[in-house]
Amino acid sequence: MRLDISDAEIRQLLETLYQRYHYDFRQYASASLKRRLLQALTHFHCQTLAQLQERVSSDESAFPRLLEYLTVQVSDLFRDPEFFLAVRTQVIPLLATYPSLKLWVAGCSTGEEAYSYAILLAEEGLLERTRIYATDINDGSLRKAQQGVYSLDRMKQFTLNHRTAGGHGSLSDYYHAAKDSAVMAPKLKQHITFADHSLATDSIFSEVQLVSCRNVLIYFDRTLQDRSLGLFNDALCRRGFLCLGTKESVRFSAHAHRFQEISSEQKIYRRVD
Amino acid sequence: MTAPAAVVIGGSAGALEVLRAIVRELPQPLSCPVVIVIHLPAHSSGLAELLGAETPLIVKQAEDKEPMVGGTVYIAPPSYHLLVESQRSFALSVDPPVHFSRPSIDVLFETASDVYGAGLIGVLLSGASEDGAAGLQEIHTAGGTTIVQSPLSAEVAIMPAAALALFEPTYIWSPNDIAFGLTSLLSGRSP
Repeated sequence: MRLDISDAEIRQLLETLYQRYHYDFRQYASASLKRRLLQALTHFHCQTLAQLQERVSSDESAFPRLLEYLTVQVSDLFRDPEFFLAVRTQVIPLLATYPSLKLWVAGCSTGEEAYSYAILLAEEGLLERTRIYATDINDGSLRKAQQGVYSLDRMKQFTLNHRTAGGHGSLSDYYHAAKDSAVMAPKLKQHITFADHSLATDSIFSEVQLVSCRNVLIYFDRTLQDRSLGLFNDALCRRGFLCLGTKESVRFSAHAHRFQEISSEQKIYRRVD
Repeated sequence: MTAPAAVVIGGSAGALEVLRAIVRELPQPLSCPVVIVIHLPAHSSGLAELLGAETPLIVKQAEDKEPMVGGTVYIAPPSYHLLVESQRSFALSVDPPVHFSRPSIDVLFETASDVYGAGLIGVLLSGASEDGAAGLQEIHTAGGTTIVQSPLSAEVAIMPAAALALFEPTYIWSPNDIAFGLTSLLSGRSP
């Protein structure tokens, strides 16, 4: 893929998106963004970013499609099963001591991670007293997450993940098959609130016992990573848990000293103080 | 010729032994960073230790937003794309696989070429996939130096052959020539 669009053109487009649609990608890591913008150029049959900019400025229906290119992540139920196993063995026993629980899944995309937590908590007998806030900036993704409908052919892998993650029941207890899709169970959905939230521009909305934000920060530059980690720290209760992606860390952040690492392998931290 | 500012190396099936020979012959001190993407099963993360045993240079997995430092050999972490940012630092992504691979050699090569231009040396080794060919061509187009393992010397020729089908690289070398030729290029001599 030829990466021949200039940083100045990209900055200009991102500025337009911010001014016109209030979506702030200005502090996203540039290399991934550039690749995704080039894919979008092909999709929109545009030769230059200026043409794409013209298109999204004049045509409101183009923006949601561009947003798909800039934000959407494909995830799995119980992606990185070892991580969920660590949550089950190291975090759940401590969460179980709270009379009521709030979790925040930041950057939930199409919902797979939020449902994974809901299933895990149900199996551990904690879901009844839990509210999961699952947030994203992409309304289209949030709608899909709310529907909780996944292709049935993905369930084989999800079932394997679930088992490796220490799942003790059958995953099929948590969805029903309809034609060629799997629909997540209402008993999970009623404990999840899907909501629009931007780590770049919004503030915190609730105190929570656990924040999970996995493979989202790698798309941000250091400044936005710092802003996000600051939000997570503010949202967490005393000794609350922060879960990051396997290759993410608080180490280089201004907030490093406010988190204590409890699993270096699975990147699970606790708020200090 | 522009003094090399960075080296990127990609390979797949049959590349490991060549890679060991390359790392063994890297000059010390080394003024530029060396970055490696090799397709391995998702859970084999012991490559840094394996290659580290071949050289006194630092060999490590690249971390997100880590600045690229001369004299260090970086390896893409399993299951993540490794990208070069304009500040000459790394970024990771979990974007979909390219040519069925994550990390993808194309993704590293294209982003590195975008930043280092003519100062980049790209090396494509043995492999059973076409990943890396388009990326190496980008390096070539941007004026960088390109080295392709000769298909005849490759355990699996698909990867080098895919590059040769696209363009004529600066050098087509056997594993031994790659190890010593790269050293010469990095020491500012003609190979």
